[in-house]
Amino acid sequence: MAEPTAYRTDGDPDACRADDAPGPYPAGDGAGGCRAGDEAGGYRADDGPGGYRAGGGLRAYRMVAAMWIRSTMAYRASFALTLVTSFCVTFFDFVVILLMFGQVRGLGGFSFAEVAFLYGTTGTAFGIADLTMGSLQRMGRRIRDGSLDVFLLRPAPLLAQVAADKFAVRRLGRVLQGLLVLVWSLVLLRGEVAWSWGKVLMVPGMVACGAVIFMAVMVLGASALFWLQDAAEVTNSFTYGGNTLLQYPPTVFAQDLVKGVVYVVPLAFVNWLPALYVLGRPAPAGVPSWAAFAAPPVALVCCGAAALAWRAGVRSYRSTGS
Amino acid sequence: MLRLYATVAAGGFRRHATYRVATLAGLFTNTVFGFVFSYTYIALWAERPQLGGYSMADALAYVWIGQALITVCGLMGGGFEDELMERIRTGDIAVDLYRPADLQAWWCAANAGRSAYQLLGRGAVPLLIGALAFGFTLPDDPAAWTAFLLAVVLGSFVSFALWYLVAMSAFWLLDGQGVVQVAWLTGLFFSGMLLPLNVFPGALGEIARALPWAALLQVPADVYLGRYDGGGGLARAYGFQLGWLALLLAAGRAAQAAATRKVVVQGG
Repeated sequence: MAEPTAYRTDGDPDACRADDAPGPYPAGDGAGGCRAGDEAGGYRADDGPGGYRAGGGLRAYRMVAAMWIRSTMAYRASFALTLVTSFCVTFFDFVVILLMFGQVRGLGGFSFAEVAFLYGTTGTAFGIADLTMGSLQRMGRRIRDGSLDVFLLRPAPLLAQVAADKFAVRRLGRVLQGLLVLVWSLVLLRGEVAWSWGKVLMVPGMVACGAVIFMAVMVLGASALFWLQDAAEVTNSFTYGGNTLLQYPPTVFAQDLVKGVVYVVPLAFVNWLPALYVLGRPAPAGVPSWAAFAAPPVALVCCGAAALAWRAGVRSYRSTGS
Repeated sequence: MLRLYATVAAGGFRRHATYRVATLAGLFTNTVFGFVFSYTYIALWAERPQLGGYSMADALAYVWIGQALITVCGLMGGGFEDELMERIRTGDIAVDLYRPADLQAWWCAANAGRSAYQLLGRGAVPLLIGALAFGFTLPDDPAAWTAFLLAVVLGSFVSFALWYLVAMSAFWLLDGQGVVQVAWLTGLFFSGMLLPLNVFPGALGEIARALPWAALLQVPADVYLGRYDGGGGLARAYGFQLGWLALLLAAGRAAQAAATRKVVVQGG
């Protein structure tokens, strides 16, 4: 099956060996043509009330992820190599910004330290989301070849299983790189920003909320795969594209685009709005200044939307039957 | 023999033309990235007009040419190497080697078909959208378009030769994903996909412009922007591309010959 070129921004080494990795999942032995909604309904009934379900999901996620970590650690040298490469891939990303600042003193009125701060916050948030939910991208393939059926038969929430599928510790490289740039920018900014407790707490807060927003976008994108298996790349434009967008100051972009990422796809809450507050700059495009503190509720709303979309997707799933 | 390869190329074209939703999704992503890069370049060129010898309109055209050529010239993965390496790893390659056709030429033809489809399906539209949104000039001279297309075709062949060489590593490493990752990373950076190579400072720029990846995007874009005009300039551009093409194809062939000997010794 040719997977037409995608934005594999972490150069995913698992991308091509879909089903024969040393994993526990047999490929393509799904029951012929079963209607997924029934299964989904079936285990949902056993799962009981919401709190228990979320706990069960986390437990399932941990178990599947731990298994993949053990399998990765069987090849330690290979693991170390891919971790280093993953780190370098994202580092090159930052080299571009370094090269730009080799030519100019400011970009859109922002200094190097400020752009590095934007880069570090979105990079870390996106890295965490990619580490935990990055595997969702490959679900289109599982839908196409029918191996998703196996997941549906297991007594564990589907989302947890698919998200932890082929859990790749090497994606930590991206998180580490983002953190490194973030720390560097904080060192550069320590004298320039009038730090208060609110601003200090805002930094970890925005990374956490940003990660949740990115995760919700990834789940939303994966939900769409139930209807359009080949459309995985659209999600990339919001995740990888959003990450690239948020590395640069909002003053660089057209105001309509900025409004779009505030009101339509609320990526601006990942770092732009809270970061502008930390940096003591006005919010863009007529956005009220309290919006800097709105990231947690926005993240919650995103999660709600993602949950609804996922549910609708699972209900409409029909196996290929192969 | 030529008819065989033409058929293989047509097959490659048709195969990729099947994935219409994927093409549309890719177009959408290309456009989003095109917009993001365009605005950052506008900010950059507003600070430093004539950076790297480009005007702002040139820089914007460069962004959209890059988005148009991502899949055509294999800027983010050749588009065939995963499949070829998988065949090597599983041993299916033995069947390919039995065929009364040359392995490299076979894959080259299939990839030419793929590139041709990507040029039509994913090349033209981003360029048009970019031109409409940011008003950079499209050349109105058919000769300029012909010169550009020729550079793109050569670029796509250089990309094939590069990725074929990368895929050959699977004969020795079996799991060549590490090599792919490194090739992908260097390609992305040194093709000028993230930042035009003539903006790279000093020695880094000199080296980057001499490496084969420059043939994939920087040279076609410069041909488009008319930076090779006059005085045998175009010959210099094509010569650079052809030189790397010949060298890389020969290297790929040598690797293939060495690998085939090894496969025979091991009995497949």
